[in-house]
Amino acid sequence: MKIRLWLIMWAALVIVAVGAWSGVAMAEEVRTLRGAVPLDGADQAPEMAKWMPDSHTLPRNYLQQPPLIPHQIDGYKIDLRQNKCMTCHSWAKAKETHATKVSLTHFRNRFGTELSDVSPQRYFCTQCHVPQRDAKPLVENSFRPVDAVR
Amino acid sequence: MSQDQDRAPRSFRSQWKILGGFFFLGVLFWGGFHWALAATNNETFCISCHEMKDNVYKEYRETVHYYNPSGVRATCPDCHVPKAWQHMIVRKIQASNELWHKFKGTIDTPEKFEGKRLELARNVWSAMKSTDSRECRNCHDFKSMDFTRQGSRAFDFHERGFSKDKTCIDCHKGIAHSLPKGMTAADDTSHF
Ligand code: HEC
Ligand code: HEC
Ligand code: HEC
Ligand code: HEC
Ligand code: HEC
Ligand code: HEC
Repeated sequence: MKIRLWLIMWAALVIVAVGAWSGVAMAEEVRTLRGAVPLDGADQAPEMAKWMPDSHTLPRNYLQQPPLIPHQIDGYKIDLRQNKCMTCHSWAKAKETHATKVSLTHFRNRFGTELSDVSPQRYFCTQCHVPQRDAKPLVENSFRPVDAVR
Repeated sequence: MSQDQDRAPRSFRSQWKILGGFFFLGVLFWGGFHWALAATNNETFCISCHEMKDNVYKEYRETVHYYNPSGVRATCPDCHVPKAWQHMIVRKIQASNELWHKFKGTIDTPEKFEGKRLELARNVWSAMKSTDSRECRNCHDFKSMDFTRQGSRAFDFHERGFSKDKTCIDCHKGIAHSLPKGMTAADDTSHF
């Protein structure tokens, strides 16, 4: 009887110890992107990456990818009154501004109806098209572009 | 004889006094004039009217002329009041019209402001167009611009635009405030 009790107590102790140790080990292994800084500690600010200077068409990685914006867009407003992007990318302006015309697909609404101007679904250009900063990726990425765009 | 001799210097003296008085008044007037011009030529004065503060000022605070890498700020009078005094006086006299409309409450609600905004903006555009964007050029002179160090689009547009006699405001509308509602194709003067 006594021996049983002793055994149970020892087993419990071992389990607790192992649990505590692996807990510590796990806490060391699991790191967030913030690094090992405690939640309430002061984190070191990441390096500020600059917007890439104006350039030309950037490579696409898959067929339906919205092309990246190869230029700065600071201060460009897209709201009820104005769409700064369209002052260069509209079909009427593209020729003299040397910008790419907005894609024909952007004139089609969700029912497949062809409209006479950019579809409301496509009005907010920066929902899909984004400029690039000169920043290193936070995690490695093994994505490989399909052959068709390589 | 002696009387004449006596009188001459006295009138001479009083002439000087009068002249001196005028001079003094002139200085006072000129000083006051300058003081008045200076006192009405800063941002604090402009935004002392809520019509200016609640709309245009708020928008301007989010733009490059309020906050930028070089730390040089363009304030309201820099863009809206000419520097050369003969032009400045004209603008100041025009500005008394603003006082009248302040009194009438022409744009004293956001709705009224939006209602008149297109008209006000068009006034500013045509004023800038007629002076070849003089106030912009007080700070930015295209002769001092190093095009090669600008972005490739700026380079391209400036080179082609200036050779076609375009001026800053043709292409840079809405640089400091939101654009008004209801602009038409005729308002877009950027074609070149
Ligand atoms: C001042 C004119 C101008 C404005 C405003 C402008 N762009 Fe552009 N954009 C260009 C030009 C010119 C190019 C072509 C650059 C090159 O390839 O040389 C371009 C290229 C692009 C491309 C790449 C197209 C491709 O085929 O790869 C995208 C996407 C784009 N812009 C999106 C936008 C968006 C979104 C906005 C608004 C936030 C915008 N642009 C505002 C002039 C402009
Ligand atoms: C819902 C996402 C979405 C929105 C919003 C959107 N686009 Fe696109 N855009 C795309 C995709 C996807 C493509 C590539 C496939 C295609 O051509 O449809 C593309 C292609 C383009 C191209 C390249 C066309 C070419 O001939 O290579 C331009 C330029 C462009 N978009 C500009 C714009 C502008 C300007 C706006 C805002 C008025 C806008 N887009 C809004 C998704 C979007
Ligand atoms: C007394 C209040 C008040 C002050 C101070 C004031 N404004 Fe205004 N401003 C107004 C009103 C009201 C209008 C609308 C005039 C109208 O309806 O025609 C106006 C209109 C304007 C316009 C449009 C002008 C046009 O040609 O139609 C500009 C630009 C402007 N103000 C700039 C300024 C600047 C710059 C300052 C400072 C130097 C300033 N304002 C100070 C009340 C004021
Ligand atoms: C008081 C001087 C001053 C006046 C007046 C002025 N600017 Fe500027 N402007 C600046 C400064 C300073 C910058 C920011 C430079 C930098 O990036 O550090 C700037 C930046 C700009 C930019 C670049 C915007 C960007 O996003 O990089 C444009 C475009 C511009 N100004 C146009 C104008 C136009 C158009 C006018 C006339 C309506 C004007 N400026 C009047 C001083 C001025
Ligand atoms: C033909 C059209 C056009 C005219 C005229 C024009 N600009 Fe520009 N400007 C542009 C475009 C397009 C850009 C680049 C896109 C952007 O910044 O949104 C630009 C960019 C700029 C920049 C930022 C440059 C950079 O790369 O950092 C400044 C500053 C500027 N303009 C000032 C002026 C001034 C001042 C005038 C008048 C003397 C003027 N612009 C006349 C079209 C024009
Ligand atoms: C960088 C130059 C610049 C600065 C700084 C600036 N403005 Fe303007 N302002 C403009 C231009 C250009 C317009 C013509 C409309 C447009 O293109 O947005 C304008 C238009 C206006 C209008 C007419 C209404 C409208 O929105 O079109 C008022 C009122 C006005 N400005 C007041 C002010 C006041 C008050 C300040 C200071 C808080 C100020 N502005 C600072 C350039 C400037």
